[in-house]
Amino acid sequence: MMTTAVITPEEIIKKGKIVFEKTKLMNDCTLSYCPGCGHGVAHRLVMEVVDEMGIEQDTIGVAPVGCSVLAYEFMNIDMQQAAHGRAPAVATGIKRVFPEKYVFTYQGDGDLAAIGTAETIHACNRGENIVIIFVNNGIYGMTGGQMAPTTLPGMKSSTSPYGRVVETMGYPLKITEMVATLPGVAYATRQAVHTAKLVTKTKKAIIKAFQNQKDKKGTSIIEIVSNCNSGWKMTPVESNKWLDENMLAYFPLGDIKK
Amino acid sequence: MEEVKLMKGNEAMAEAAIRSGVDAYFGYPITPQSEVIEYLMHEEPFKRTGMVVLQAESELAAINMVYGAAACGKKAMTSSSSPGISLKLEGISYMAGAELPCLIANVMRGGPGLGTIQPGQSDYFQAVKGGGHGDYNLIVLAPSTVQEMADFVNLGFDLAFKYRNPVMILSDGAIGQMMEKVTLPKQKERLSNEEIIKRYGSWATTGKPESRERNIITSLNLKSELQEIHNQHLQNKFKTAEKNEVRYEQIQCEDADYILVAYGTSARISQKVVQLGREKGLKLGLLRPITLWPFPKKIISELADHTKGFLSVEMSAGQMIEDVLLAVEGKAPVAHFGRMGGMIPSPSEVLDAVEKEINKILK
Repeated sequence: MMTTAVITPEEIIKKGKIVFEKTKLMNDCTLSYCPGCGHGVAHRLVMEVVDEMGIEQDTIGVAPVGCSVLAYEFMNIDMQQAAHGRAPAVATGIKRVFPEKYVFTYQGDGDLAAIGTAETIHACNRGENIVIIFVNNGIYGMTGGQMAPTTLPGMKSSTSPYGRVVETMGYPLKITEMVATLPGVAYATRQAVHTAKLVTKTKKAIIKAFQNQKDKKGTSIIEIVSNCNSGWKMTPVESNKWLDENMLAYFPLGDIKK
Repeated sequence: MEEVKLMKGNEAMAEAAIRSGVDAYFGYPITPQSEVIEYLMHEEPFKRTGMVVLQAESELAAINMVYGAAACGKKAMTSSSSPGISLKLEGISYMAGAELPCLIANVMRGGPGLGTIQPGQSDYFQAVKGGGHGDYNLIVLAPSTVQEMADFVNLGFDLAFKYRNPVMILSDGAIGQMMEKVTLPKQKERLSNEEIIKRYGSWATTGKPESRERNIITSLNLKSELQEIHNQHLQNKFKTAEKNEVRYEQIQCEDADYILVAYGTSARISQKVVQLGREKGLKLGLLRPITLWPFPKKIISELADHTKGFLSVEMSAGQMIEDVLLAVEGKAPVAHFGRMGGMIPSPSEVLDAVEKEINKILK
């Protein structure tokens, strides 16, 4: 005999059972990212850390050019949009006149490791006391899937339709390893957000980076290896598998400098 | 306290920046204006007033540091010379789009390309016609003395904040390098963060308190309908500036038969030409635009009603002459005299050119 036990929503969602809520500092609007993209998780983690540290009134973010050009629409804090690649210079300007504020940039691989290489390296070399969130998905997503400085050898893109030929197009740039050699850099790490376990680790890294800024330790850079299922022309599930097998082989996860 | 000193134009501008309560200077060395950052680094204004001085890795980085600081409601400036200004134009266009106040000094040298390190005035088009991409204008101030190099820092920031738009001091290597007597302004206090929030809290990214919506500094509008509205807003602002901010100096224009139009170093030479011409019985006058944008069109148009002709004297192939022609509206002949490539004309060669033009008119 069957018993008909009725469970009300209130019983399911009891206060003590809440393990996750919508991030307070993420705005109620539709993200411009493709379903399956890692940007949304990365945004959320940054905003969670800012919220949990209670520094939202003292935090100024810098959005780049690229898929995350509209990051300022999604994050409920004061933000500036920078020209392509110039976010670390813009962040330098902010931090120098507001040394007591928390300043972070949120950049993609084309922005940070191609057009903005000089700004990235010199901001790191001056040890600007900022946090750099660097989302590396190996492609220019916003402009429609062109080759990035981090595109893997042999990887196809709209400007390397037969695959990246390293002899003529160069090798993927490991810029996080490069800047880790600079004395101004306090913390350089490579993380990912395509599994729950990795999300937790990435969040810890972001906490450490903002704590470094609080302690005036210098530049902290967090590379987040992510997917671009649209640009890679895969399903989200396939892209995460491909990321695991290919991207992480070239861009291994873990702390490079701590 | 006001102070009278003998200084280079570049140094006077740097000292005036400290005294005008500027919050930050970001620069990159380039001849003939490196004295600006050298003077600042030597003076250590971070100890005097708390002003930030930073040598950037490039002109691109410097203007983007200005962007970041200006977006916080701070008084931020940079300076460079012609090739460096070309690099800064990306950031300048972004700042005009994002409505950020700042001061940019161009101590011009001869171009194009790497050109020369001697004085030039061939960046006129770049300065007054926008320069970077998109529909925008800079308010352009043209100093012709070391005193004006100093005075235009404060004036420049007043205008920049009044219109939330970048302002350019368009100088040249001669004004930047020459030494003259200058009365330096009294030390102004830098604004406190509280004062900045009070004045510019409606737009500046000072950190979002609960009491207001977030402030966003951007020049991006993905919807063209919105971008056009933004463009119309900018154009209205420029129209207001054109109405209210025209500045010029007239030297013996009242009874002049023939008028020279010149700014900066060319204006100094032209003033001598007016004197030499009058000694020979030629009734010459000089109209010196102080704002190159907005350009003193109205006064030139009025002068054209009772003037036999105009000579635009520039250290360029003839750029400002286009604005003089537009202002004169065909009411009188307009000619150009210029030297290029870093060459400064002598008063006697300009006077020769004036006499030649007057003879043409008399024929």
